Amino acid sequence: MASIEAPARSRSSSAVKRAFERYPFLPALIILLVLIALNGWFQPRSVSLVGMTGQVKTYLALMLLAVAQTYVIYAGDIDLSAGAIVSLVNVVIVGVMAQWGGGGVTIFAALAIGLATGLACGIVNGLVVAALRLQAIVATFATSIFFTGLALYIQPVAGTPAPTAFWRTYGGRILEIPFVFYMAVLFAILLVVLVRTRLSLRLLAVGDGQQEAFQSGLPVTRIRMGGYALCGVFAALAAFCITGDTASGDPLVGGKMTLFSIAAVVLGGSALSGGYGTVVGSVIGALIIGFINSLVFFVGTPSEWQNLVQGAAILLALMTGVLVGRRARA
Amino acid sequence: MSGVTTFLRQPLVVALILIAALLWLGETLSPGFASGQQILRLLIVAALLGIVAAGQNLVILGGREGIDLSVGGVVSLSAIIAGNLMAGENGGIPLAILACIATGAFFGLINGIGVTLLRIPPLVMTLGMLGVLQGLLVVVRQGIPSGRAAPALADFVSRDFLLGLPGILWLWVAIGLVMAFLLSRTVFGHRIYAIGSNEQAAFMAGVPVKVIRISLFVLSGVFAAIAGICLLGYSGSSFANVGEQYMLASIIAVVFGGTPLSGGKGGYTGTMAGAFLLVILQSILTTVNIDESGRQMVFGATLLVLMLFYGRGRSMRA
Repeated sequence: MASIEAPARSRSSSAVKRAFERYPFLPALIILLVLIALNGWFQPRSVSLVGMTGQVKTYLALMLLAVAQTYVIYAGDIDLSAGAIVSLVNVVIVGVMAQWGGGGVTIFAALAIGLATGLACGIVNGLVVAALRLQAIVATFATSIFFTGLALYIQPVAGTPAPTAFWRTYGGRILEIPFVFYMAVLFAILLVVLVRTRLSLRLLAVGDGQQEAFQSGLPVTRIRMGGYALCGVFAALAAFCITGDTASGDPLVGGKMTLFSIAAVVLGGSALSGGYGTVVGSVIGALIIGFINSLVFFVGTPSEWQNLVQGAAILLALMTGVLVGRRARA
Repeated sequence: MSGVTTFLRQPLVVALILIAALLWLGETLSPGFASGQQILRLLIVAALLGIVAAGQNLVILGGREGIDLSVGGVVSLSAIIAGNLMAGENGGIPLAILACIATGAFFGLINGIGVTLLRIPPLVMTLGMLGVLQGLLVVVRQGIPSGRAAPALADFVSRDFLLGLPGILWLWVAIGLVMAFLLSRTVFGHRIYAIGSNEQAAFMAGVPVKVIRISLFVLSGVFAAIAGICLLGYSGSSFANVGEQYMLASIIAVVFGGTPLSGGKGGYTGTMAGAFLLVILQSILTTVNIDESGRQMVFGATLLVLMLFYGRGRSMRA
């Protein structure tokens, strides 16, 4: 009921307002900086290069999955199967690498097959949600069951190891710089390129108003399918990182990540209703979740209380983000 | 459309036809599947899901992307609390019921306050609450035993209670009647549809939108808590995350019952059929002799096909 009770704002706040409009992830960025400072306060070593490398290594997958989810949420849709796609791609690439021997060429071939798998899953989601016009929440839940079944068929139990060369590279260094930082830079370049593509803008337009977008001549169905396809590709990239981090195949590894990816998108200041948001925000959102988890550990929370404190802190951050973001934009 | 097609397109009719078809399929695949005893067992399982789905149904009907992802956590928590308070003794039942309902209402109230007063989207609020509940479950499970159901509760869920039917089915029927009455005959019910179909108009017409929406979330928590108690009676003792399976299943039951996620139309009678339909489908898949992986693939694909029978979004028109 914002329209009813929207108060008149003084002019001095308009600069702040414009800043928030331009950078909707500002509240998230502030939360993140506070969290990093707190992490450093309680465990100075956590803000060192080694500490940060560990954090990026562990949460790069969630960052990628949050970005994947963002493209779907741009258009006002949602993907509850994102985590299942991660699991499927994880067992597919580990399976292919194990089948063909873990040499350099096979690893790249496996990654290409993994990307194709993610893309295919995304297209399936796009078909059921955008082309068949089923309700996104229940339809992608159904596809998540299907993808999980497929992952279980390929690898019934967790434990097939990934080739040493693969996880050694992911966790190692090139020219004294940790490999994950190269990945992070590549990832950043990829995002900058994608922000400049037509698809991002069109997804936002569809999310802003499907009917209006359609009436102004946009191919709404194709655009929404494009969002899901992009989501599948980024979920595959997330799976590569998970595989590098855990060094093995697990048909259920991504299941728990779906809801966190949605939380990360919301933490980043994007609107679940679509039409408004940034991928940078989602990356920050994923980092917030990561730093909350490590902070809860560093302040010495007893192990059985950690989940509760993490859950409460994430809920609090979600509420703060939504409230501050809206206050600033009002 | 002719009268017959209109009739066949009603969600409740669709669900009933699908139920009959699945029962026939189950009987063909494994004789005895559709026997009286079996159907009774399926109905008990469906009642557990159906009770959770009652709350989910109300929240979804209230619109504004209403959804409650925290129901699974409340079911688990309620089962643990009930198990510990009754500890296998009939005398503990009243206290257990009170405590569980209060717990469910409490978490529903927080959800409702977050959604209305703070205007957090329901999906975000209840997703965050799910995280809190899962953490709380870890804490609660540390110190205390898993608890045991009182004999009377176990009998209520699985033994004859009245006219050959167990008590939980009577409870489910009662909930169904109350919901039907509530939604079609009371001011409160009409107001739920009003805020679900056009919140702005309802607000202008003087409907206390916030109070109603908060009470929907409270009811959702209470129904989940009741389901948790019944689940304890069904399984004898509570185990970790026993309620998790109900989170998305309750939403699917609502959709299969003909209430679209956009809210404002639909009802609980269809949801009851939807819950039964979902349980039969799962049961058929467990009787068929295939791998877990194949079972999941068939289940996922079947859900998609079944969804095609229900509301598809409108196609774009220029």
